[in-house]
Amino acid sequence: MDLYGVEIASRLLLGTGKYPSPAIMTEAVTASGTGVVTVSLRRESGSQRSGQDFWAMIRGLGVRILPNTAGCYSVKEAVTTAQMARDVFGTSWIKLEVIGDADTLQPDVFGLVEAATILAGDGFEVFPYTTEDLVVAERLLEAGCRVLMPWASPIGSGKGLNNVFGLRTLRAHFPEVPLIVDAGIGLPSHAAAAMELGYDAVLLNTAVALAGDPTAMAGAFAKAVEAGRAAYLAAPMEPRDMAAPSTPMIGKASLE
Amino acid sequence: MSSPRVTVIGAGVAGLVAATELAGRGVSVEVIERASRIGERACSWFAGGMLAPWCEQVNAEPTVSMLGQIALDWWPRHFPATRRNGTLVVAPPRDASELVHFARHAERFEWADTTRIGELEPDLRGRFRKALFFAEEAHLDPRQALTALAGSLADMGVPIRFDTDASPANIDADHVLDCRGFAARDTLTELRGVRGEMVIVRSKEITLSRPVRLLHPRFPLYVVPRADGLFMIGATMLERADSGPVTARSAVELLNGAYALHPAFGEAEIVEFGVDVRPAFADNLPRMIRRGRTTCLNGLYRHGFLLAPALARQAATALCGMSLENLHEDHCQ
Repeated sequence: MDLYGVEIASRLLLGTGKYPSPAIMTEAVTASGTGVVTVSLRRESGSQRSGQDFWAMIRGLGVRILPNTAGCYSVKEAVTTAQMARDVFGTSWIKLEVIGDADTLQPDVFGLVEAATILAGDGFEVFPYTTEDLVVAERLLEAGCRVLMPWASPIGSGKGLNNVFGLRTLRAHFPEVPLIVDAGIGLPSHAAAAMELGYDAVLLNTAVALAGDPTAMAGAFAKAVEAGRAAYLAAPMEPRDMAAPSTPMIGKASLE
Repeated sequence: MSSPRVTVIGAGVAGLVAATELAGRGVSVEVIERASRIGERACSWFAGGMLAPWCEQVNAEPTVSMLGQIALDWWPRHFPATRRNGTLVVAPPRDASELVHFARHAERFEWADTTRIGELEPDLRGRFRKALFFAEEAHLDPRQALTALAGSLADMGVPIRFDTDASPANIDADHVLDCRGFAARDTLTELRGVRGEMVIVRSKEITLSRPVRLLHPRFPLYVVPRADGLFMIGATMLERADSGPVTARSAVELLNGAYALHPAFGEAEIVEFGVDVRPAFADNLPRMIRRGRTTCLNGLYRHGFLLAPALARQAATALCGMSLENLHEDHCQ
């Protein structure tokens, strides 16, 4: 998978928040086989950029870092956080979140397009966290994004793919753009379903971090993502209404 | 064998509990502290003071729960004002799945319905339909408890030398017990700081008999009742070693949560905002580390009052040479 010119082997991206301890987070990252982790700056930084111990641990994971602007509610806040992330982690990658509603953590897509325009113009490689709205997706691409990250359902809700039709439409409209389902994945089956739709990757955090055994769950997601991708490439059969026997009926012994 | 002379560095909860254990075994102890009075620079001054080993199981390793159960026995004996009224865990109907998650990972609780919640906490009657009640847990006022420990140490002839900033290397004693918390980062480089923010409010409109935890997908918090209508509301956990002032966002989150628990908190007076940095290792578990004549007790993270008795007991046992061979060098278990 090519993300802004970088070849990434694993199609599972993992968040680093909410784990019982940094040690367990490290184990889960290893078990997931991920090549990209996201890390939040807003809450851990403060004015003094004092989250350095935690950031050092993240750097020590040995995988690519995708800093995010989680918790930002305005364009200005998101842009400032992105600039700080570039300084702290030395990367132009930024997972852009501009939240519009505190209850559902739904993206403010207007602010998102605005912030993406500013950041892309400033040399950032933007991974926008967006809804599955097709028109917004087009605007984000116009703004300079080369990757799109639509939600499956609200962040941390674990509800899975809420609008399969919308996600499928997005995939069909942008066959060449890397599409990563971000947020709302609760189970490995959700991740597999997203991959079966032809999505390039899945990004998740809570489903692993809040599992009773995060490390085991990370391994389960790795398998699901791999299975979903393999299934997509294998061209799944079309569902149909009529039952179709898998063994021939002709020639079967008749007991009439 | 003559009793060793031990110097404890740090008069926070780890140091004072350890000094108490050592003095109780007849060891000659003194405590030194960089601040001018108890609590002035100790993160335990800002603790919730919940002795909740079974609630903590939800977010901590089993070790914490196991070691924490010792605290339920230790604190009432050394600080009689410890109250064993249990813990009540509630969630608004919208976040009912948070209660299910909590129940799945905790132990030793009963489900409480509206009637039972009203019996336990009359002021919360009708506000929540479901709760978890952990009858065996306890709580204390950390500031009173630390002050009381300092007092009983004085009664036992254990001096606390304030305004004394010393590193373990230049202390004249047979053993040094380094209980400096995050300040020990100079020698324990793997230690990290986890910022915690809390607020103390006063209200005469509401009474609680036990800590109440309000579950929320993003801002879980607890309210711990103290004497004179005071309530401690805590606590944030931020991965940064910064003890700068409480941010507006954290203040809003804490106060909002308390207001959601009961509207009376909307009218409460703000008495104090507090911030400090908890010491933690990467696995968030405490450690006893021996380096020559120095023993470090550290990494108590958000469990200072819960874990200090177990660690102190192990340190005292080790220093008294009673079962050195049974002691793991690097870990408290």
